[in-house]
Amino acid sequence: MSDLVQLAFMAFIVENIILTKFLGICPFLGVSRKRSSAIGMGLAVLFVILISSMVTWVLYNYVLATLELTYMRTIAFILVIAALVQMVEIFLKKVSPALYKALGIYLPLITTNCAVLGVAILNINNNHSFVETVVYATFISLGFILVMYIFAMIREKLDFSPVPRAFKGTPIALIVAAILAIIFSRFGGII
Amino acid sequence: MNQKENFFKGFVKENPLFVSVLGMCPSLAITTKVENAIGMGVAVFFVLTLSNLVISLIMNSKFLRDLVKPVRIPVYIIVIASLVTIVEMVMHAYFESLYKSLGVFIPLIVVNCIILGRAEAFASENKPLDSAIDGMGMALGFTFAILIISLFREILGSGMITIWGDAALDLGFIFEFLRISPIDIFIKPVGAFLSFAFILATVVAIRSAGDRRKAKAGADK
Repeated sequence: MSDLVQLAFMAFIVENIILTKFLGICPFLGVSRKRSSAIGMGLAVLFVILISSMVTWVLYNYVLATLELTYMRTIAFILVIAALVQMVEIFLKKVSPALYKALGIYLPLITTNCAVLGVAILNINNNHSFVETVVYATFISLGFILVMYIFAMIREKLDFSPVPRAFKGTPIALIVAAILAIIFSRFGGII
Repeated sequence: MNQKENFFKGFVKENPLFVSVLGMCPSLAITTKVENAIGMGVAVFFVLTLSNLVISLIMNSKFLRDLVKPVRIPVYIIVIASLVTIVEMVMHAYFESLYKSLGVFIPLIVVNCIILGRAEAFASENKPLDSAIDGMGMALGFTFAILIISLFREILGSGMITIWGDAALDLGFIFEFLRISPIDIFIKPVGAFLSFAFILATVVAIRSAGDRRKAKAGADK
């Protein structure tokens, strides 16, 4: 049990997916202008990462490993993710139009979000069990939401701050990310 | 546009990393060492050139074009993923240490926005030869950009550049002369964000200075 707590804490804060693993940088810089869109994107990512990690774990361990086709991993995973995003989209449209409307524009963007494929592959590379996969996927995505939210709050203020002309836009956003990365890495001392 | 312009536009005018800011994830993560940047550059060069070529061949044949049109993005992704799998297997077999240090970022070339972006924006509407040249130029522009970042980070962070075990360039004496030790924060994740921010700001400053000069020359006329 304590192993799981440690895994969750590492995934959530210390080895944060954006700030130390550099996965999902595109939505991090692209969709973090407003808090509401940051949360929308975060929830969509949580949803897809969780389901795709479980599906790819089962696919890898019970289909690809038994058929000795492990080298097909990348192709198989990206197809699963693309199909899954499409299915989630259709499913939500039918079942919960309100949620679909809220997540709508972010869902297709997720296929090319490297966090989804990245987490699926990291689960396999680190030899996680199924339970560990679920915990890891959940807390990695919660960490994603947390950082997106904090970053969006800072960015809303940043729009009104005097920034040197060359640093406007992406460069100043990266400097803010660097400061956040220092703060998050310091939590490593707790474990 | 002739082929020379087509090839060189990836370096400066439309550099994928510094101008379009695509493909951020690998360029932040693997630029801790120059050798990683070279390995990543070679992998992207192979994948981007061939994917542009194959996709352009598919889209130039009338029969395949009509067949593929409704599902073109999945088809692009399968082409790219197959090429990435080839790179992954070759690297695992012949360059074990590089394979380990690039880690998860080799399979992640599949979702690199530069490759899908070029497939959709250029290869699907141009001749095969032009597309292959465009792919080469873009890949070299990307390699050039990550080389600059990794040079900056490795020199500041460890004081020397090591390529496959040999010290290619030892600048430790400068740090000794200044009586400081190498700044190891530049090897850490924080350094990636900082170096990229400063390099990007420098590029923006140079470009806007160039634009101003051009505007002034235009006004004088």
